[in-house]
Amino acid sequence: MAARQIRSGFDFLRQPAGFDIGEGPVPYGPRDSYLWAFAAGLANTLRVSALGVVLATLLGTVVGVGRLSRNALVRWGCTAYVEVLRNLPLVLLLFGCYLAATELLPEATEPVTLPGGGYLSKGGLQLPHPTWSPGWGAALAGLSLGLAAAWGLSRWARARRAGTGHAPAVRWPGLALALLGPLLGWLAGGAPTALTRPEMGPFGVSGGLSLTPEFLALLGGLTLSAGAAIAEIVRSGLLAVSHGQLEAAQALGLSRRQATRLVLLPQALRLIVPPLTSQFLNLTKNSSLAVAIGYPDVVSIANTAINQNGQALECILVIMAVYLCINLVTAAGMNLYDRRTALVER
Amino acid sequence: MSEPIITFERVNKWFGAYHALRDVDLTVGRGERIVVCGPSGSGKSTLIRCINRLEEHEAGRLVVDGVELTDDVKAVERIRREVGMVFQQFNLFPHLTVLENVTLAPTQVLRLPLAEAESRAREQLARVHIADQAAKYPGQLSGGQQQRVAIARALCMKPRIMLFDEPTSALDPEMVKEVLDAMLELAGAGMTMVVVTHEMGFARSVADRVVFMDQGRILEDRPPADFFSRPEHERARDFLAKVLPR
Amino acid sequence: MTGPGAPTDLAARPRPPRAGGAWRWARRNLLGSPASVLATVVALAAAAAVLPRALRWLVLDAVWRADYQACRALEHRAACWGMIAEKHRLILFGRYPHESQWRPALATALVVAALLVTAHPRAWRRWLLPLWCGVLAAFLLLMRGGLLGLAPVEPGSWGGLPLTVLLTLVGMTASIPLGVALALGRRSSLPTVRVVATSYIELTRGVPLITVLFVASFVFPLVLPSWMALDALGRTALAITLFQAAYLAEVVRGGLQALPRGQAEAAASLGLSWWSAQRRVVLPQALVLVIPAFVNSLLSTFMDTSLVTVVSMYDLTGALRLALGDPQWRAFFVEAYLFVGAIYLVSCLALSRYSHWLEGRLGRWTRREASGA
Repeated sequence: MAARQIRSGFDFLRQPAGFDIGEGPVPYGPRDSYLWAFAAGLANTLRVSALGVVLATLLGTVVGVGRLSRNALVRWGCTAYVEVLRNLPLVLLLFGCYLAATELLPEATEPVTLPGGGYLSKGGLQLPHPTWSPGWGAALAGLSLGLAAAWGLSRWARARRAGTGHAPAVRWPGLALALLGPLLGWLAGGAPTALTRPEMGPFGVSGGLSLTPEFLALLGGLTLSAGAAIAEIVRSGLLAVSHGQLEAAQALGLSRRQATRLVLLPQALRLIVPPLTSQFLNLTKNSSLAVAIGYPDVVSIANTAINQNGQALECILVIMAVYLCINLVTAAGMNLYDRRTALVER
Repeated sequence: MSEPIITFERVNKWFGAYHALRDVDLTVGRGERIVVCGPSGSGKSTLIRCINRLEEHEAGRLVVDGVELTDDVKAVERIRREVGMVFQQFNLFPHLTVLENVTLAPTQVLRLPLAEAESRAREQLARVHIADQAAKYPGQLSGGQQQRVAIARALCMKPRIMLFDEPTSALDPEMVKEVLDAMLELAGAGMTMVVVTHEMGFARSVADRVVFMDQGRILEDRPPADFFSRPEHERARDFLAKVLPR
Repeated sequence: MTGPGAPTDLAARPRPPRAGGAWRWARRNLLGSPASVLATVVALAAAAAVLPRALRWLVLDAVWRADYQACRALEHRAACWGMIAEKHRLILFGRYPHESQWRPALATALVVAALLVTAHPRAWRRWLLPLWCGVLAAFLLLMRGGLLGLAPVEPGSWGGLPLTVLLTLVGMTASIPLGVALALGRRSSLPTVRVVATSYIELTRGVPLITVLFVASFVFPLVLPSWMALDALGRTALAITLFQAAYLAEVVRGGLQALPRGQAEAAASLGLSWWSAQRRVVLPQALVLVIPAFVNSLLSTFMDTSLVTVVSMYDLTGALRLALGDPQWRAFFVEAYLFVGAIYLVSCLALSRYSHWLEGRLGRWTRREASGA
């Protein structure tokens, strides 16, 4: 490699990167270092992956349950969605979504106005968002306290169950605690309600929470694709619970709805969560396709960096390390969940 | 015989093209103990599963405790409260403790307050001699213990009829006795029981009548003494020759 | 009480026909509950609103000739399939020279024919391996040219569907030996082998395919000595192979683990030699478990090849983008995406249906008969 006169080593990370990043929650300018550029890329990766995971799980659960619906039309519609999306490459879907966002939406100077004060156009989606103030910080603190209290409550319930065989119902009180915490914090911080709204200008919309068409296209493609896979996971989890369980529940006189809620779902959840987690990891890995449509995730940044300074090996090692860390963290979390919810056997 | 509590009138059932129950006529009186036996595939399980509508019969009439079984969901749910069932594979809920398994239906279906359901549950668990395992999970129990919990779970609803679908077939031999003892105690207390089993000793000592089925038809329906000593049909004779120890 | 007064020769009767067949089905499946009725109404209303318009857009009002003026006159009110008529050779064959495009077409047809032959388990005999070697050699010969009077065509110009097929096949076949080796290595008793195999598998499965493609495109030219230099196609094929091998290793490991040890033990206790037991008892059963997953691997490789557009290779998806580079026809991108999407959909659906069929066929002797009682 010395013969080809390319520098090696990770010193370049401290040098100014010299390129701009189009979007993201991390403030970044061309004079910031490569390391900071990678951090900005990572923030973008996590941003689209986290939102994608939430949306895909919602979509996948609805469609998965819909495939088992008694109504034939609902069943067919959900099956069609799953079959089509599982057999299309994600790259094709992404390009299609991106072209649709940049060609079919109205021009940036004449956007569609959404109820609530948002705008949708080729320039992306602009939404009003609450202006940051100490009241919201207090709300966040309240949320952590509420979650901690809910967790403590569940620990107490488990201990009672181990002792007497019966667990007190703590699901609703726990949820109430988790919601009460941020509410109290928000009130204590002065109940801030100020919103930052996007403004319509001569060249388009500015201000507010801005989501670029690249972000929207990537999110849309990831959600649709992962939603289909999650639908299959949910469906097989529900079907995998032994039929005898439902029969026993019904023989005891429970209605179909009660049997589903109390017997089928708890057991199905245990079967669904492990493959669901690997689907989340897949979605995160698939977000790397952002490089194809120009969304500045960590792989895109690495690509730009390689083109600029030629230090391919180091940049690739950086992104590999990023993804492996995400993997490790998720695997550890999964193991923890597994151990806590495993069915007790001798 | 006491008043009929289960009546089958020319009941037929098909699984696709397979004729599983053929013109079945059977009456079970209140407090009677019926043992249903026969070779594999004869329709015994299908017969008792029709009683609490886990299988839907086609053609014919089936009346349980004065209510005719039809597509009416409310009627079926009412019947299921009065009919308890014990399965070959136990079918305990693995994610709930023993106590929660037993109190689930009384609290959800009968809407009993938890304290009352729990005391009822402990009473039934004590009846099958397993009260000390109340805080354990089914996965931690042996097969015989699980089946006894299943019996207690069904009894906690205070049913009028108890159905047993081969309750000891999935058990190791040394555990069969503890389950049969529980069933004997139940019979002694006057419960109406319909039992599908291969345990001929149980049939001889407890049953009021033995019903022999073959290929979806009832061939014999007689007191055990008559059935075991003078079976009328050749199929019944063949079956007994294979099943009874020499 | 009724005793055995019933006739003892009661023969089986066929099920009486159900009254009101279609209406009964509709009652159950469409109108079973208030929620179901609502869903049916909404679905039918949506279909009534969308289907006629979709039909008009797709078929009835569409332009089928490659007539640019007619297509522009449509103003997107209907589909311009003339775009496909105009551009389909670019999409299907990439930048392959126009007059020689019968060669990639023939090559792809040969591969498809070989696939159809391989599909049936009855064809799994010894001559299958030489057949595939022959087909692959014919494929490369047809594409590359330079012999038998065929004009030479650089791999850089290969594209479209043949490129997708080539990458899929090479990726799969080359990754099988590597995958099996990794699976065995992971189960090995030698700690070094086990650590190396496990690290490779976990590392490769933990990163996106793009990263491996980057490694192949950017790092291999730097790291490999110049006599081992591969062109872009070779590097991409290598990347796909290395990536798939890790996933295949897990599939094979799953198959080996799922086989109960009792099988090998029973074979041994019957006096079969180790190799005889492997050949007649262990491997056939392990294959039953593995082959459907193998076909799924093939399917995902087929879809993953579309990523090579990121490293500037023009497979089917890349060629599509190439075709859309034409500013004149660019406006009709929806039709183009529908066309390519349909190709992928049909191929992948066929593969996955085949996988299910194969699973059913192979699993026949491992499934127990349902017991009646």
